[in-house]
Amino acid sequence: MSPPTTVTASSPGTASESPRCDGSPQLAGGLPPAPAPVSGRSPRLAAVRLVAGGGAARKLVLAALLSAATDLSGLGLLATATWLISRAAQRPPIVALSLAIVAVRALAIGKGTLRYVERLAGHDAALRVLARLRTRVYATLSRDTGQLPRGDLLARLVSDVDSVQDLLLRCAIPAAVAGIVALATVGFTAAFSGGAALLLAAGLLVAGLALPTLAFRLATRAAARIAEARGRYLAASVDVLAGAADLAAFGGTDAALAEAAGQASALARLERRAGAVGAVTGAAGALVPGLTAIGVFAVTVRGGPSVMVAVLALLALASVEAVLPLTGAAVRYAELRGAWRRVRPLLADDPLPGVDDPLPADQAPVPAITARRIAVRYPGAPAPALDGVDLDLPPGRRVAVVGPSGAGKSTLLGVLVGAVHPTAGTLLVDGTMPDGRPGPLGWPRSGGVLADGYVFHASVRENLTLGRAGFDDRALGRALQGAGLGDWADRLDDPVGEDGGQLSGGQRQRLLLARALLDPPPVLVLDEPTEGLDPAAADAVLADVLRITSGHTVVMVTHRLVDLRAFDEIVVLVEGRVAQRGGHDALLRRPGWYSTWTGIGEVPESTMGSGVGR
Amino acid sequence: MRLPGLRGYLVAVTGSGVLAAILIVAQASALSQLVAVGVRGRLDRGALVATVVVVALRTAHHAAQGVIAARAAADVKAGLRSRLLAAAGERGPGWLAGQRAGELATLVGRGVDALDNYLIGYLPTLVLGVTVPVAVLVRLFFGDRTSALIITLTLPLIPIFAILVGWHTRTRTERQWRLLSRLGGHFLDMLSGMPTLRAFGRARAQVDVVRGMAEKYRGATMATLRVAFLSALVLELVATVSVALVAVPVGLRLLDGKVTLPVALLVLLLAPEAYAPLRAAGAQFHASQEGLAAAADAFAVLEPSPAGAGVPTPSGARVSARVPDPGAVELVFDRVSAGYSGVPVLREVSFTVAAGERVALVGPSGAGKSTVLSLLLGFLEPGEGRILVGGVDLSTVDLRAWRARLAWVPQRPHLFAAPVLDNIRLGEPGASVESVEAAARAAQAHGFVTDLPRGYATVLGERGYGLSSGQRQRLALARAYLRTDASLLLFDEPTARLDSASEAAVLAAAATLARDRTALLVAHRPALVATADRVLRVSDGTVCEETADRGTARSSGVDRPSDPVRPSDPVRPSGLGAGLIAVEGSGAA
Repeated sequence: MSPPTTVTASSPGTASESPRCDGSPQLAGGLPPAPAPVSGRSPRLAAVRLVAGGGAARKLVLAALLSAATDLSGLGLLATATWLISRAAQRPPIVALSLAIVAVRALAIGKGTLRYVERLAGHDAALRVLARLRTRVYATLSRDTGQLPRGDLLARLVSDVDSVQDLLLRCAIPAAVAGIVALATVGFTAAFSGGAALLLAAGLLVAGLALPTLAFRLATRAAARIAEARGRYLAASVDVLAGAADLAAFGGTDAALAEAAGQASALARLERRAGAVGAVTGAAGALVPGLTAIGVFAVTVRGGPSVMVAVLALLALASVEAVLPLTGAAVRYAELRGAWRRVRPLLADDPLPGVDDPLPADQAPVPAITARRIAVRYPGAPAPALDGVDLDLPPGRRVAVVGPSGAGKSTLLGVLVGAVHPTAGTLLVDGTMPDGRPGPLGWPRSGGVLADGYVFHASVRENLTLGRAGFDDRALGRALQGAGLGDWADRLDDPVGEDGGQLSGGQRQRLLLARALLDPPPVLVLDEPTEGLDPAAADAVLADVLRITSGHTVVMVTHRLVDLRAFDEIVVLVEGRVAQRGGHDALLRRPGWYSTWTGIGEVPESTMGSGVGR
Repeated sequence: MRLPGLRGYLVAVTGSGVLAAILIVAQASALSQLVAVGVRGRLDRGALVATVVVVALRTAHHAAQGVIAARAAADVKAGLRSRLLAAAGERGPGWLAGQRAGELATLVGRGVDALDNYLIGYLPTLVLGVTVPVAVLVRLFFGDRTSALIITLTLPLIPIFAILVGWHTRTRTERQWRLLSRLGGHFLDMLSGMPTLRAFGRARAQVDVVRGMAEKYRGATMATLRVAFLSALVLELVATVSVALVAVPVGLRLLDGKVTLPVALLVLLLAPEAYAPLRAAGAQFHASQEGLAAAADAFAVLEPSPAGAGVPTPSGARVSARVPDPGAVELVFDRVSAGYSGVPVLREVSFTVAAGERVALVGPSGAGKSTVLSLLLGFLEPGEGRILVGGVDLSTVDLRAWRARLAWVPQRPHLFAAPVLDNIRLGEPGASVESVEAAARAAQAHGFVTDLPRGYATVLGERGYGLSSGQRQRLALARAYLRTDASLLLFDEPTARLDSASEAAVLAAAATLARDRTALLVAHRPALVATADRVLRVSDGTVCEETADRGTARSSGVDRPSDPVRPSDPVRPSGLGAGLIAVEGSGAA
């Protein structure tokens, strides 16, 4: 008879903490589309099989069995002790009790020990599943060339994957255990009284199935409404706090406070209601064990004097109580299933690593690239990012791409490395049309410093090699030297922060550059490789880069319009179109964007405010 | 400091806990009597009725307790939220500046929600941890003293072992958690870097690394849990072994006829109950700590701030002297020093702004330009010195009435989660739609607003429609335009984040607004500086007059002409102020 625990739909959990974490389907936007449907009749079951395969399933079953054994030891302890006491009241010789005495002691120690083993086994199984899940989700995303989740969506994906652990430990295993316990106790009871077994089964079904189903329904409905109210309240409180200055200056503080307080009360009203509903459900749970025990007693007592009258009644009480936590599990499931639903489509059915092209990029031949009337339009964007761009890249060509921010410069580089697919136009590589799939562009033919370059939470060495083998310290040192980070050559195994957290903007950019220079591909693209460097350092680094990569095709996006004489062609992109093109000197002589802005040193980034009076 | 409404809830929880303990004992008593008679094949009708009644009462109590807990938790949280936000509003934007607004937003959101675990879960269980063992021991004292003695001796082992095991494992566990968070972060790291891995053809090769790190994470977690679960093991063992310790001797004494069967069954039923709540409280302890930490943070906010820390005194405490019209009188900074949380920003600054004058504040960032505006807005009070408005000390003026005479265009205006209409009429909630549209037109915002999906009814803000920096600035200007009573303009780099087309539009709107008003303009860009009558240079915490030679201001203003515009663009900023003039012309068209 454990103390009553209240189950409410409002208890904070991953699924209800923020309005973005509910199961609403439109939030899946931004994730790549599901890969080829997983095999099997039901995609759900297939997904479960994928995750629980490879030994994890065995571990899960073992954990559930251990957990059931723990619960059954507890019930056995109670039943044996009851039998012992009831039998002792009949004053038999002590020998008749000795086995029961040993059993009581053994079950007592067994239950405590089993609980420890069971919890460890459960967590071990859940973590094995988690490892498989992470691998599969990663594998799916690594092969899919679609858009990757970013920012909030990425963080949510990670927490979704992690929450599957909870789903197993707090929902799946308890449900399985309840089933085993119910079968065992009903079977035991049936051996003595069929009527009592029926009653017990009914009580177990109500407590373990009907009530959890009801709680799940109620929680699902309440959780959606509460999440919505919480979102409205959070927006109001952010307005009060983040907009405090605007409110104070314009005399709106009181109205905004009243609004936030109103939203807080509205939220509280919903929470109170959900809590009351949860309390009534929970109370019904408290009623079932007692009634079942009384019913079982009423049936068995008619059979005449027997110690089993006491044993079966108390066993009924305890076994129905043992399945009551399923109500809480159902509420938890209501919160977690959204996460599982979002993760499911990301489970590749073939987690084996694909073999990346083993060819070192440096040894690949330099291709000739011809782009004609290339257009790129991102879904949902009002205007195309690129609109009819022509570009000729014979082997060894040096091209600088300049223009105001948002002109499509990074998109053009994306096309050249195969990360962005043109929506129109032709892209010829060595004269042949690549089919729709990524490559022949992309690694090992083209690559470099891209706008979304990422610094891993790992050592300098790992950040440079990205796991590629065959680079000794001297090669790494040369790459660092070329990027102006020569003094890092003796710090190769020092860690750098998450996304370059401990690095300055300039250091970060140079690290990305060094990564590209370690094994420069035949077509090297560089998206503002000298951003964040002071002008003198930027010029020096740029000169080094061009020297090191002689013979390679280089396409560089830059905001610095100082001296681009080293480039064969300068392409001025404005609003996705080529506004001007030609050599530095020719462009300088003509009136236009280039001659207006060159010499300023750096075109300010309008949206960033960088370099402007700072 | 106490949680609002907690006292009443504590009383209710205590009463409920006592009642629960009594009902537990009553149920065990009735049931043991019923079953003990039943073993002899007879039905004790009195005990049957008693059992049914007690079970029903427990159900009712359970429901009532749940409703009360949910109600109290919801009310405590709502009260705490309102008080936190009110306290933040009272302390004002100067106090909220910087990271604090974000931290507080988290606190009033998830932080306060974490109290649920404490209020609904932990507190009632903790009360039961006291009332139930006491009730059980009292009942057993009158039934079977030997068993009562055994329970009395073993019960304290639970908290003692919990503390001992906790001590023993804490340092080890803490070290492990750090390792775990690092390993756990690897997956996010790899997913975040996926575009980079793809670009280098390494994405698929890393599958094995992800697998390996996930396995390592499992290993490290299991090592942690093997230690962490030890305390659970010990507590479970104490509880189950104690039941065995009670049950076996009772059985043996039954043989000797020293106890009766009903009492023996009662002992068997009640013994586990004595241990259960303490163990449950231990299990909920960790979950409740997050809520308590949030409560501690909340109390730190609610406690009265130390006086004289630069935070303005509440407006109620101010002598509501006559509120001077800032557009018609002189503004004097008289040896003003000010700073944030002990870090001085302005040092003995003195200057005067005449009525109707337009003054630009220039200087490197962090020099204290915005601080001058914050002082005038009353977000910050001078640590030393005075600000005189027409001879009246600003610190004695009713802030609310004073701010009503100001029009402020901040560097980064906040967009509220409300329709555009309400965002513009923030200072004049009663303004008509027509006047809002007129203000928007004047601020060159009408065009883009009507292009929004629902025009002036479009909801903005974090969860609503996003606007570009230039559009935000123009909405802020519209806000200022709508304040027809305002006679002092405070512009904080309104064009710092804009491209040239937006800058020109904002400057044109600003120039019209500044007519016949006193204006203080914090400026980086020459185009804005050029609109001023006079230039004050703020650097290193001091303010000095810039000489009449504008060239100095320009060359040292660290500014370049603004962003690239296409040659066809009519507002090409060919020189200082050119953009303003050009657009004033085009704006009138």
